[in-house]
Amino acid sequence: MPSMAIQLQRYLPERDSTPHWQAFNVEYDDSTSVLDALEQIKAEQDSSLSYRWSCRMAICGSCGVMVNGVPKLGCKTFLRDYPKGLQLAPLGNFPVEKDLIVDMSRFLEHLTAIKPYLIAEAAPQGQPHRQTPAQLARYKQFSNCINCGLCYAACPQFGLKPDFLGPAAIALAHRYNLDSRDSGKAERMAQLNSDNGVWGCTFVGYCSTVCPKGVDPAAAVNQGKIASTLDGVIQWFKPAKASRNKEQR
Amino acid sequence: MQQLTTDVLVVGGGGAGLRSAIAASEANPRLSVTLLSKVYPMRSHTVAAEGGAAAVTLSHDSLQAHFDDTVAGSDWLAEQGVVDYFVKHAFDELVQLEHWGCPWSRQQSGELQVRRFGGMKTERTWFAADKTGFHILHTLFQTSLKYPQINRLDEYFLLDLLVHEQRCYGVLAIEIASGELVRIVAGAVVLATGGAGRVYQFNTNGGIVTGDGMALAYRHGVALRDMEFVQYHPTGLPGSGILITEACRGEGGILLNKDGYRYLQDYGLGPETPLGQPQNKTMELGPRDKLSQAFWHEQQQGRTIQHPQGEVVHLDLRHLGQRYLLERLPFICELAKAYVNVDPVKSPIPIRPAVHYTMGGILTDANCATSIAGLYAVGECASVGLHGANRLGSNSLTELLVFGKVAGREAARVASKPHSAATDPLLSSLTEQALAPLKRLQNSKGTERWHELRQQLAASMEQGCGIYRSEAGLQQTLATLGQLKQRYQQLRLGDTGKAFNTELLHALELGFGLDVAEAMCQAALERKESRGAHQRQEPSLTKRNDQDFLRHSLAFYQTGSEARIEWQAVDTSLSAPAERRYGGQPQTDKPPKETS
Repeated sequence: MPSMAIQLQRYLPERDSTPHWQAFNVEYDDSTSVLDALEQIKAEQDSSLSYRWSCRMAICGSCGVMVNGVPKLGCKTFLRDYPKGLQLAPLGNFPVEKDLIVDMSRFLEHLTAIKPYLIAEAAPQGQPHRQTPAQLARYKQFSNCINCGLCYAACPQFGLKPDFLGPAAIALAHRYNLDSRDSGKAERMAQLNSDNGVWGCTFVGYCSTVCPKGVDPAAAVNQGKIASTLDGVIQWFKPAKASRNKEQR
Repeated sequence: MQQLTTDVLVVGGGGAGLRSAIAASEANPRLSVTLLSKVYPMRSHTVAAEGGAAAVTLSHDSLQAHFDDTVAGSDWLAEQGVVDYFVKHAFDELVQLEHWGCPWSRQQSGELQVRRFGGMKTERTWFAADKTGFHILHTLFQTSLKYPQINRLDEYFLLDLLVHEQRCYGVLAIEIASGELVRIVAGAVVLATGGAGRVYQFNTNGGIVTGDGMALAYRHGVALRDMEFVQYHPTGLPGSGILITEACRGEGGILLNKDGYRYLQDYGLGPETPLGQPQNKTMELGPRDKLSQAFWHEQQQGRTIQHPQGEVVHLDLRHLGQRYLLERLPFICELAKAYVNVDPVKSPIPIRPAVHYTMGGILTDANCATSIAGLYAVGECASVGLHGANRLGSNSLTELLVFGKVAGREAARVASKPHSAATDPLLSSLTEQALAPLKRLQNSKGTERWHELRQQLAASMEQGCGIYRSEAGLQQTLATLGQLKQRYQQLRLGDTGKAFNTELLHALELGFGLDVAEAMCQAALERKESRGAHQRQEPSLTKRNDQDFLRHSLAFYQTGSEARIEWQAVDTSLSAPAERRYGGQPQTDKPPKETS
């Protein structure tokens, strides 16, 4: 099997004052992922190496890392595509806790802040709502976010200003706002309209490029800006009226 | 040591844990509910379930038919009262999830869409494309954020239960980020810690599925029931074992051996159905145990296909066409491309069986209560009695919801009543006992490495306790497990830090796995018959033997020696045991009465 040199950013909080680089060599074949390489290092070379992982199939969202400076899922990134070697570092824009593990608490706060749940008036008793495939299609892509945080690592605005709600949280708010069963848009718009909401985005669009699940948070932000503008205009003429997306029901 | 106090503690942030936490909060909004998980809830392995969740939905379907399919699927080892409760509450729970926002797939009219699934007589599996578990998990997680009384402890590792004289007073946990110990005193504890698939090598399971809660309940004297029944999913990717959903076959996918022959017709599942016309309970829509066993036979006969990562057969979806595949199975297309470089539109997917699900688990009654007062268990870690000897695909996601609600409600009921609190000296003494395995690990100066032991555990289970078992093979694996337990006492950890010491956690998980694996092997050894997912090779044991083994196995932990197996009667009050029949039997419109 061929081998590859990997530069890993290490940081053991009880030992190191700052992160530093360490070189490893791993064996690989066509199927070896970055996550497999990390497992190989932990098993055979340095058992203190720490990183998050679980599903190995790009759905649990645990294993985001910077691969040669680009945010990627370790389990869906393959050594075969990096013949010149690899540099692995923790996800950018998040505080580092240990080696490749970052502090996700700010991300979780932002997700929570936008009320990411259905806010609906009475649902049909004992029966599902009707929702046509077209109505489903309006929000479906935004419901595919796996909360991996890659878009936050890609977002220059979040890097400068961690209070910015950020791409995934805005996309999730948009997902519920677009859902024909939801009438909670007014409650979410307060967050989205704030300085830390959609207007914080400088529209770099890198968030959508790095998304491993084909979600387009930049589109959510952009559509959110339109909604926010309309919201402002409507409020100008019709103050204090709740439940703004009834027309979709 | 930090101490927290809560009314209800739920351990595990997957579908069952989240549903329990929400149910407890709704049952009594004044209670404090704590949700502890070793990963952020949305990382839990519920996320990887693909195909769907079953509930009787269509007008020509019936509760009786879902009951009959489940009981026959279990090879009559399910608790029939439990199955009856389950089928009656399944629809309401899926509707509840719809009301919470789950993006279920729809018909043009806006009505729910259902798909075919293995062993189910009628289409009754609700789905959200082929990421149903992902959408259920995220819907539950996001909904849980509505409840201010739910306090989450994300990335806390369960070290032990605090149990005294058959009563659970709480747990001891490690805050993973800091490595600090936390004692959580609770009025009721719900274990929702998932399965134990990772004691095997070829796995659809994520790395976190290590049997933690099972092992801890077991060590405290709760029986593990029906542990010999381990489900091999027939369609995992070679090498990784990554799950390729049964929905592929529900939508019409076919299985081919190296001659391009649909071999399932040779295993009591035929006659062959025309391409593009899947028929329920026939051929590719047979139950998982029979399909995985058929693969094993094909491999023995030399009719499997050589793949760089082992022997495979082909799952062919090409006739479904690109448009349909991208609508119904987009994730499968993504996985096949990324992990085996196959575009299912153009080529068949190489697949092989991989360990998927632990049918057995912590013994509970129909209310999810264990034999320890104040301790409940639910989901894959538990054996409430739904699956018996073989689980039908799409019953387990519904199980998380139906019984998650029961467990949460029951825990809230118990926690709402006055109950005896542990004294400080008692808590200190229980904590001291609970710390012993951790201290042993941290102080061990041996030479053994956890990774090597884990590899040997997984390889040995695959070897001796796989799809087909024999006395000699099981004895060999039991002997290996004994040696591994000895060597476990001689572990040496390379990481001596406290923060995010994942090596320490993996070592603790390995300790859990060794105990659970032993219970699986011991029960498999003593079940001298073939039933569902448990198949014995000895010529005299290849048939089901209701006379002696229409009974649940109960494994009891024995300090320093192998598990003790007892037997428990099965509830067959609603449907008398009969032959399991699949394939081209006469299909009537009436719900089948499967009597012999």
